[in-house]
Amino acid sequence: MLDKNGIAKRIAREVQDGYYVNLGIGIPTLVANFVRDDISVEFQSENGVLGMGPFPFEGEEDADIINAGKQTITTLPGASFFDSAMSFSMIRGKHVDLTILGAMEVAENGDIANWKIPGKMVKGMGGAMDLVASAENIIVAMMHTNRAGQSKLLKQCTLPLTGVGCVKKIVTNLAVLEVTPQGFKLLERAPNVSVDDIEKATEGSLVVEGDVPEMVL
Amino acid sequence: MINKKVANVVEGVSGVKDGMTFMLGGFGLCGIPENAIAELVRLGIKDITCISNNAGVDDFGLGLLLQKHQIKKMISSYVGENDEFERQMLSGELEVELTPQGTLAEKCRAAQAGFPAFYTPAGYGTEVAEGKETREFDGKMYVLEPAYKADYAFVKAWKGDEAGNLIFKGTARNFNPCMCGAAAITVAEVEELHPVGSLDPNEIHIPGIFVQRIFQGAVYEKRIEQRTVQSRN
Repeated sequence: MLDKNGIAKRIAREVQDGYYVNLGIGIPTLVANFVRDDISVEFQSENGVLGMGPFPFEGEEDADIINAGKQTITTLPGASFFDSAMSFSMIRGKHVDLTILGAMEVAENGDIANWKIPGKMVKGMGGAMDLVASAENIIVAMMHTNRAGQSKLLKQCTLPLTGVGCVKKIVTNLAVLEVTPQGFKLLERAPNVSVDDIEKATEGSLVVEGDVPEMVL
Repeated sequence: MINKKVANVVEGVSGVKDGMTFMLGGFGLCGIPENAIAELVRLGIKDITCISNNAGVDDFGLGLLLQKHQIKKMISSYVGENDEFERQMLSGELEVELTPQGTLAEKCRAAQAGFPAFYTPAGYGTEVAEGKETREFDGKMYVLEPAYKADYAFVKAWKGDEAGNLIFKGTARNFNPCMCGAAAITVAEVEELHPVGSLDPNEIHIPGIFVQRIFQGAVYEKRIEQRTVQSRN
């Protein structure tokens, strides 16, 4: 079973040379720490920066330079700043190659819910609806089950949707899965996790074909 | 040169009334019009509608207006860092229209650019699209979103000149340029107000034609919401 860093490490292997990547808040943010340093990648943050760097050294933080999680950041050589309309031109216009975001629920048809629990929690969708409606390459990073132990990979989402039929790939603490017309196709198992464990933790249809390899991290 | 300079925030904000709709720049607490917000709190006007990506935190930014119950309706994309906001929203005291971030930016930009509405894929098939016109283009579904209408836009820039030209810094740019000229009156507050002719025309992000009033903010706290640093060791 993977921890949050393990999920981020596995997703980092999906990042290819020349990609512009948008990272959501939470586990997705950790992906930047694990991207190979022999490839060229630029991270976009939808509040208006391309070429995001690591957190600043103590004393060098600048209130005017933050990421979408409102954390102080730095920029790398070649970085640029822009306004919010241009930022979403990059996203809606499909100029961003890969979007990695978290979710509360994913359905076997690729629907995603991650912005609202009616009557309980309403934080808002931020840029998530724009991202999932536009990106062609979306990876969801999340735990396979919620805190109550219930599956987050469902036949149908129960929470208000963020987007319909948009998720292609999911990386959880247990598995790598692909959304197919038949359901969640199991591509890889996390270390020390069996197909049986994954079946038990998946409410939606799980498609298992042949031997399912263990993840390479 | 058409001079847009006003003496201070009091002149900058003059004319605001109960029940008006305001656009306010900023992302989180980054690039917010701190001085205009403080003046709106001081004036105590009520029943206002705010179009702003976020709602500040409990004791800063738009949170200050929320605390005094001056806001009737918030139009935002993300409101997660404000407990008072969540309390007022869940209790029904505060009307909230959550809007995808890119749509929010574009609804401002459409107002600035003279477009009555536009189609976006964001929110199709979700409750955001309920009751809205949808249309298919090249096999994909889109939602029709109208431009915003607002009485004032309060924006914050790094540098400006008396002609109203603006230069932003870092990610404090965010929604500010999209809101300039998107309301009947755009009020820009700047950290540095320069004489006309001293800013390089090549460096201007927003031309003064989109700005009606400009003033130098008296104080900028520039509070950091999430101070994240790495150690030198």
